Amino acid sequence: MSDFFSSGWSIYIAVVTVVGLIACLALLIIAARRRVMAGDNTTGHVWDEDLRELNNPLPRWWMWLFVLTIVFAGAYLALYPGLGSAAGSLKWSSAGQHQDEQAKARALTAPLFARLAATPVPELARNPQAMAVGERLFANNCAACHGADAKGSKGFPNLTDADWLWGGSPERIKETITQGRQGMMPPIAAAVGSPEDVRNVAQYVLSLSGSAHNSIAAEFGHPKFAVCAACHGANGKGNPAMGAPNLTDKIWLHGWGEDAIVAMVTKGKTNVMPAHGDRLTPEQIHVLTAYVWGLSNSAAANAP
Amino acid sequence: MTMPQAARARVIIPITPVAVEPELVSLYEKQKKIYPRSVHGWFARWRWTLVWFTQILFYGLPWLTWNGRQAVLFELTSRRFYIFDLVLYPQDFIYLTGLLVLSAYGLFFVTAVGGRLWCGYACPQTVYTEIFLWVEHRIEGERGARIKLDAGPWTANKLWRKSAKHAVWLAIGLWTGFSFVGYFTPVKTLWAEAFTLSFGPWEWFWVNFYGLATYGNAGFLREQVCKYMCPYARFQSAMFDRDTLIVSYDAARGDPRGTRARGADLKAAKLGDCIDCGLCVQVCPVGIDIRDGLQYECIACSACIDACDSVMDKMKYPRGLIRYATENGLIQRLTRSQMFGRVLRPRVLIYGAVLAAIAAAFVASLAMRHTFKVDVVRDRMTLARLVDDGQVENLYRLQLMNATEQKQRYHVDLQGIPGAVLMNAGDVDVEPAQARWITVAVRVSPQAAQALGAGAHPMRFEVAALGDASVKVSERSTFVVPR
Repeated sequence: MSDFFSSGWSIYIAVVTVVGLIACLALLIIAARRRVMAGDNTTGHVWDEDLRELNNPLPRWWMWLFVLTIVFAGAYLALYPGLGSAAGSLKWSSAGQHQDEQAKARALTAPLFARLAATPVPELARNPQAMAVGERLFANNCAACHGADAKGSKGFPNLTDADWLWGGSPERIKETITQGRQGMMPPIAAAVGSPEDVRNVAQYVLSLSGSAHNSIAAEFGHPKFAVCAACHGANGKGNPAMGAPNLTDKIWLHGWGEDAIVAMVTKGKTNVMPAHGDRLTPEQIHVLTAYVWGLSNSAAANAP
Repeated sequence: MTMPQAARARVIIPITPVAVEPELVSLYEKQKKIYPRSVHGWFARWRWTLVWFTQILFYGLPWLTWNGRQAVLFELTSRRFYIFDLVLYPQDFIYLTGLLVLSAYGLFFVTAVGGRLWCGYACPQTVYTEIFLWVEHRIEGERGARIKLDAGPWTANKLWRKSAKHAVWLAIGLWTGFSFVGYFTPVKTLWAEAFTLSFGPWEWFWVNFYGLATYGNAGFLREQVCKYMCPYARFQSAMFDRDTLIVSYDAARGDPRGTRARGADLKAAKLGDCIDCGLCVQVCPVGIDIRDGLQYECIACSACIDACDSVMDKMKYPRGLIRYATENGLIQRLTRSQMFGRVLRPRVLIYGAVLAAIAAAFVASLAMRHTFKVDVVRDRMTLARLVDDGQVENLYRLQLMNATEQKQRYHVDLQGIPGAVLMNAGDVDVEPAQARWITVAVRVSPQAAQALGAGAHPMRFEVAALGDASVKVSERSTFVVPR
């Protein structure tokens, strides 16, 4: 009970509760005791000359219902939290109930997940039941960023193509989901050279994928690309070991064109895929891996 | 009170006890058991007709098969509610609301015309009490025998009769509980489970809860439910007026009451038609004397009418000393047709018009109901994205809910955005009574996007069931062009 800054409040609430219950019982007993009434089934009170109050007694079993509610309240307070900060003998809490229900749900799905987890990823990607589970896991955990169709958007990679920042093998995908990734493009404009040099490098990068570019500027930029080659490779094909993207395809995660590339080189970028190892069970991650792997390997996944 | 006005105004009236010898009375009283005498006659036959009708309906409906499944089944786990040809989703909850509003207005209407007809003939409390009373009558005998049995010592005869009665009551109660659960669990499965006592925990709970509630309500609480628990008794006066047909004692004709020899001259004896036999009180299931006038306890079961008519027949007096009559009818000595003529009065007409309008709307909306439903959920994190060649793409998840019992194929189409293309929507198959989520992308060319301008633009998904082009569901959504 963090709301209470001293145990005095807890005692106060407990006392008010108990006194209230006892007062209810006392009132009931006092009210139920025989009263002096008139002999003609009225309460003996007369208002405005001739208005009389008829005695219309409740059935006695009704009174026992009142008593029952008080007994119930006593039993409830003994079993459940209610008397100040006392936890009650059942030690019930809403968080505990939630955890119990989760545990129950886990126990219910455990056999299914155990079976799915024992199946290799390519085989799992052909299993419609596993893919239905995977689709739901994806919708709940991944779709917020990668989109309901997993095709991503600016800054959020498309998972349905063959282009992988960190590698597209089942093992690498599983690693990505479990541990998350932190992709870092350093601001290295100073190492490249003057702003002119940076623009030339940008033109060279555009030329790598065969995009529209200024070939003279690209020629000037080529030698400066050596700085970039440390991560992206001499041929610009990238390095999945460190999440360096392939610059020779037409996939532009953070924007296309000279301006976007210059901005990237000048300012750098840190892009994060959060770790899901402690949000999902290893079995769930296995199924999710198969689902994501299947998105870009549908030919292999659908093969008999 | 002949005091002058001026003097009256200043008089303060004190609350004073009346000078009557005081008596000790409890605020809570021990309930007096009521032993209604059995009764025969026109209204009793109507009551039993209604008992048979409602109970054949209630007990029988779960056993009816329709389209190869239980005709009426409310599946709580899968949240599908089958009522003959209808397959209802939780989204159809409005129909239940409509049904309840309809029932309420039906009750108002009937009450305004004929008083508590519902209470007297169709209310489960009355119906089960009627059945339980019949059992009691068969086992313990008529009113007098029952009173004697209860007052007498515990003999073997009393023990056997009491236990037999309670055994039959419990059996009826549990069968009622079983039938109730049969609306939520396939009744044939439940029947098989009953033999091996292998109900699930909730089935156990509800069979017993509903069963014991029936046993307690119809066996013990009876009229006390009507008197102390039912709100209808308390607000009925809001629907009554002086032209409402109620069970009434014709005091002008009956009083002064008194016993007399058969064929005695009433005028000479200065007596009315009421022979004060007390039969109308003995048959009353709520323990009132109808001759005291309309009382809130009266459930309008008309047992007293039947009882009185039988006495009138024996006395060779005309029937109807206790009869359905209106308050105005009794005071103004209206004939039957004059009383019925006053049924068409504003209160009844308004209740009737509202009832008819709601009923028509209810039936129409059921008849025009689509055989499937569509929900559109936009992707919220990324409202729009740029794809190949600067095209703008929005993502939607569509939930298609099949409310038929056949596999259906649906065609998804798009309206409202010029030049918009639906990317990955082929025709979609949905299994019987199942719901399916699909993801669709809507794409707009750079030129069209520019023409639209930045912002959200209204659009509609139009989904049609293949093979029945007339059924089309239109769901609104928006297409977002980024700035």
